[in-house]
Formats: sequence, structure tokens, C-alpha cells
Amino acid sequence: MNVLIVGLNHKTAPVEIREKVSFSSASIHGAVSRLCKLPAVREGAILSTCNRVEILAVTKDIEHAERQIKRFVCDSNGVSIEAIDEHLYIYDRKDAIRHLFRVASSIDSMVIGEPQILGQVKGAYAIAAECKTTGLILNRLFHKAFNVAKRVRTETQIGGSAVSISYAAVEMARKIFGEFEGKTAMLIGAGEMSELAAKHLMSNGVSKLFIANRTYERAVKMAKEYEATPIMFREFIHYMKDTDIVIASTGAPDYILKPDDVKELIKERKNRPVFFIDIAVPRNIDPKINDIENIYLFDIDDLQGVVEANLKERQKAVRYAEDIVSEELEAFSQWIETLEVVPTIKSLRKRFEEIKREEFEEAETSLKHLSEKDLKAVERMAGAIINKILHKPTVLLKKEGRKLEGDIYIEAVRKLFDLTEETEEEVKEALESK
Amino acid sequence: MNTAFFFTTAIFYTLATLVYIIYLMTHRKGALWAGKNLLFAGFIVHILTIASRFFEAGHTPVTNLHESLSFFSFLIVLLFFIFQKQYKIEVLGSFVAPFCLILLISATFLPKEIVPLSPILKSMWLPVHITLAFLGNAFFALATCVGVMYLIQERYIKNKKLGGLYFVLPSLEILDELNYKCLTYGFPLLTLGMITGSIWAEYAWGSYWSWDPRQTWSLITWFLYAALLHGRLTIGWRGKKAAVYVIAAFTILLSSFLTISLLSLGSHAF
Repeated sequence: MNVLIVGLNHKTAPVEIREKVSFSSASIHGAVSRLCKLPAVREGAILSTCNRVEILAVTKDIEHAERQIKRFVCDSNGVSIEAIDEHLYIYDRKDAIRHLFRVASSIDSMVIGEPQILGQVKGAYAIAAECKTTGLILNRLFHKAFNVAKRVRTETQIGGSAVSISYAAVEMARKIFGEFEGKTAMLIGAGEMSELAAKHLMSNGVSKLFIANRTYERAVKMAKEYEATPIMFREFIHYMKDTDIVIASTGAPDYILKPDDVKELIKERKNRPVFFIDIAVPRNIDPKINDIENIYLFDIDDLQGVVEANLKERQKAVRYAEDIVSEELEAFSQWIETLEVVPTIKSLRKRFEEIKREEFEEAETSLKHLSEKDLKAVERMAGAIINKILHKPTVLLKKEGRKLEGDIYIEAVRKLFDLTEETEEEVKEALESK
Repeated sequence: MNTAFFFTTAIFYTLATLVYIIYLMTHRKGALWAGKNLLFAGFIVHILTIASRFFEAGHTPVTNLHESLSFFSFLIVLLFFIFQKQYKIEVLGSFVAPFCLILLISATFLPKEIVPLSPILKSMWLPVHITLAFLGNAFFALATCVGVMYLIQERYIKNKKLGGLYFVLPSLEILDELNYKCLTYGFPLLTLGMITGSIWAEYAWGSYWSWDPRQTWSLITWFLYAALLHGRLTIGWRGKKAAVYVIAAFTILLSSFLTISLLSLGSHAF
């Protein structure tokens, strides 16, 4: 049994192609069912997001499956194979498993480490499970992929730092203040981005929010929305001595805050730090205030710099994430290999030999009276019985195992003689973890 | 026996330091975990080192510079393990471990023989006085490590050039708070250490205070930290200023301590 992935993503296909090749949530159930009806496909699942389409399949016959899946993708979306062929990638066996692990861990994402992709992979699995198109291998593969993603998230910094401006501002505030409990923030001027930052701050635990705006009514209206306190624009400086985080985004042509104001302020605050975020262009706050001790000022470019530094940090984490993927890949492909015919026959033999040995050990005392020669003969006979019993199943396994439905036999043998650790529990677990 | 323990401790602290350096460079969480556990293993052996030396000498092993440095670094690691849990500041280990390693390496080059204690000094006051005084100083050492971390982190944020240690160091507020905490514990302990010391001096030498170099310098140190504490509580000294002050004060403390011991100045120069 082999895992095969046919897909395309933001790296291989421009948006014009991606929008043509996609499976909407309305059509995906039908598509998954049709995928599994392809002659070469035993198990299947489809992951379709705005950045990627991945068709996962389990097959005996990679070549045929690949061709059938490509056709399936074209037919489902009404495009010609020529139009999309150069954008498609094909991964099989280990490469396919590695690819799924990397996708689920967000290593392959446009923004590395973004957390949504794991949810999307889980969604794709849930749909396939509903359509009953997953079996022994995909169940376990998905389950493993979720595990890998979880490990990557907890053991590396891949999702550790903010990659949007507004969130970068919040994170910087956290590096200055630690906890936001008991902290006060102030919005001067309302804009989309400052509102977003304020929202992040509030949801992260800032206790109090002042809103100042040139039109007071707008401040009042916004304040209602965020359970904040509206203040008069000309009075904002009086409230500042109780404020730890200031977000400025007014359309003022000049600086509304100068070093002398801030020097006075920090004295009143007994040096308790203030973090100014100036996202206005032209800037609202004199950049010189950053030189004052315990005052930190970040403008829009500084925050962009934070985002870039964070992306670099995520890039750094990718190396360790790849290590985790490789490690888990090794373990998983070892398991898949045991599903093949030869290892199954081998472990079947081993199981019988074990039984023979155990029985001999048990009968040791009652066979004491036998001579060395007789003992050998009894042992030979036991061996012959094993050979006779196993002959037919072995031949059958070898013959049928090569066929498309061969793994039914393999699975049956493994179950009948308890050759594999039970996987059902894991399947259930994987389903529950969605 | 205690020497074998001592070197084992030093080896563990060396390994911990190396692993911590790897952590600071790679930001791999596994390295942080490994560093902490190596340091902890070293700490356990350190307990054995001091215990075995205690039984061999028959008194608390703090009567020469080798022993003092070892005991001092032991207390610093102890405090680290208490604090890192409370403040979730595991990364502090990567500053504490190299510092304690330096103390241990210095101790290796000093005479390790057990010095018999003169009968007049043999008293319960020895462990009490020394432990209190050293515990106070260990808090100041920890404050210094935290102060260094504060200055590094502050520099990253002020200059807006993020990278390297910025990602692993905690927030400025936590660092400043911890700095202050260390001071509020360290200062009373140092005070108690000095009081018990002078009571002991009255018993042993017949005088509470004799202006010997050790006493004089500990008084100077006491005033330094008293001024800092006062500044923090009343004038609002904090952040960078407080961090620089703490580092400077500790430098004075440590260098005066080492000078007096190495040059054997005065009657209690160990």
C-alpha cells in the first residue's frame, strides 16, 4: 500500500489557477466519494483551502492512481489537463507522508507557522471520515499528522511570534509589561489598525481603555463598543499619567506629543514605563521621545521591522520542525512497511515458532523420559505441522497480496493472528481530536 | 571524597553552561530543558560536596576562600531553582549557570585543604552568620544576573533591532520586579548577617565591632544597597537605572570580598 498526494499550492500555482482548481465546502463530500470510486484508489481525502488543494489517496498502483486522480481533478473542475499539469506536484510513499506532515505543521504555509492550516487539515479528515473514505492507513496517517503538528507547535517557536502589524504591537507591549492585568491603554484617533490593536489589547487582558477622538461623538460611539471610557481630545494628555500603552493614529499634520510633554509625564509617573505606538502617517509623536528613559516608541516602520524579525525567527524554527517531521516520518513508514506481504508472512511464521517454543517449554517435565533422539523427532514433527498449516495461507498471501484488494488478506491475517498492535483505538482518538 | 564531588559538580555546571549557550543560540526548547536538568544534577552533587566536606572538617565548610566560593555558588543555584518556578523565568539559568561556573573554576585554583578552625571560632554562630550573610549576597548575585538580562532586553527594545536573545528573554516588567524582589530579600538577610556577625565577634573577640576590613566593606555594601532600596521605594528608581546600579554595587561587593580574602586582610579574611 502506498500513499499518494496530487496537489498544487501557492508556490506552484498562481491564484488564477488556484481559483479554478478548488473544491467548495458544498461539493467536497461528493468529490471525496467520487475520488474513492476511482479504480486504483483504496482510501482518499481532499484538502482544499485558498492556498492549496491536496488530493490524498492510498493505492496499490501509483501510476494508475496518479493518472486517474489528475483526470478526476480536471473533470471535477472543468479544466483541461494541459492547463494545470505544470502546476501540479506529485508525492508518493515517504515523500507523500512527509508532505502531509509539513502541511499540517504549517511549515509549507504561505505565512510559516500560521495556525489555521491544522484546523483545515482536521476538517478535511472529518469530511473523509464522514464519507467513509478513510481506512486503516489514512486514519492512522491523519492521526499522526495531527500529532506531528502538535509537537512542532509546542517544541518549536514556529508560531511563537506575531506576523501582523497590530499583533506585533501587542506582543511588543507584552515584552515591556509582561501581564496586561491592571494596565491601561489609550487610543488617540480611531482608525482600522488602531482599533484592531485595541481589540487585541482588550482581549489580552488590558483592564482599562481610554478613547480620544477629535469628534467626541465618534469616541463615545467606539467606547460603547469596547466598554471603554471616552475622553475629550484636548484632555488626552491629562489622562496619560494613568496610561501605560498609547496608540496614536490621528490625521494631525504636526506632532501632537513632544519630548517636553513626555518628560513631564514620566516624572509624574515616577518612571513607570509608557509604550507609545504611533501608526499615523505623518507621524503623531516626536520620535525623539524614544530617547527618554522608560519611554518606548514604535512607529509603523518599527512594527514592520518587528514583523520581519518575527518571520526570521519562525524561519529559524523551521529547521527544528523539519527534524521532528523526519523523526516521525521514520516511525510511520516503518509501520506502513509492516503492512506489506513479506513482512506479514515473516511475522506470521515467527508467531507460530513462538507458540512451538512455548509449548515445548511447558511440556519439558513431562517429556523428560524421552531420549535426546526422540525429543529431536518430536520437535521436527511440530515444525512439519507448522509448515503444512502455513503453506496454503503463504501461497495465497503471496498471490493475492499483489492484487488491488490484497491488503484485505494482509489485514485479515494480521488481525486473526494478532500480528499488529491494535489500531482501532487510535482511529477513534483521531476522530475525537477534531 | 569531597574533592571528587566538587569536580563532578564543576563538570555538571560546565555541561549546563554549554547547553544553555546552545539554547541562547538556537532557541530550542529542548536545550533549555536539558540545561536546567544538568544544572539540577550539578546542584544535587553540590549538596553532597558541601555535606561531605562538613563531615570531614567537623564544621560548616566556609573557612577558606575555596569553600566560600563553592558555598556561595551553591546558594545562588538554590535561589535560582526557587525563583524560576515562581516567576516562570527558566532562561535565568543560562545566566546563573555560567556565573556559578566561574565561581567554581576560581575555587579550583585555590588551596583546597581543610583548615582546622581555631577553638574560639568554633560556635553555632559560624553557620548562622555565614549562611545569612551569603544568602543575602546570593540574592544580590541573582539580582545582578537579572539586571544584566534587563539591560540586554532593554537595548533590543530601545534600538528596535530585534533578534537573538530578544526572543528568549522575558518582559522588562518581570525582570525589574524580580530585581526588586531580590533586593527586598537580600537586604534584610545581609543586615541579619551583620548583626549575628557582630554578636559572634563579641563572644569570640570581645568586641562587637572592630573596623576590620571585612566589617568595614560589608558596612559600605550595606549602605550601597540601602541607598538603592531607598531610591526604588521613594524616588521611583527603576528599570535601566536600577539595573545598572545593582550591577555596579555587586561588582564592588564581589571585588572587595575577593581582595580581602586573597590578601588575607584583617582577622576574618576567609
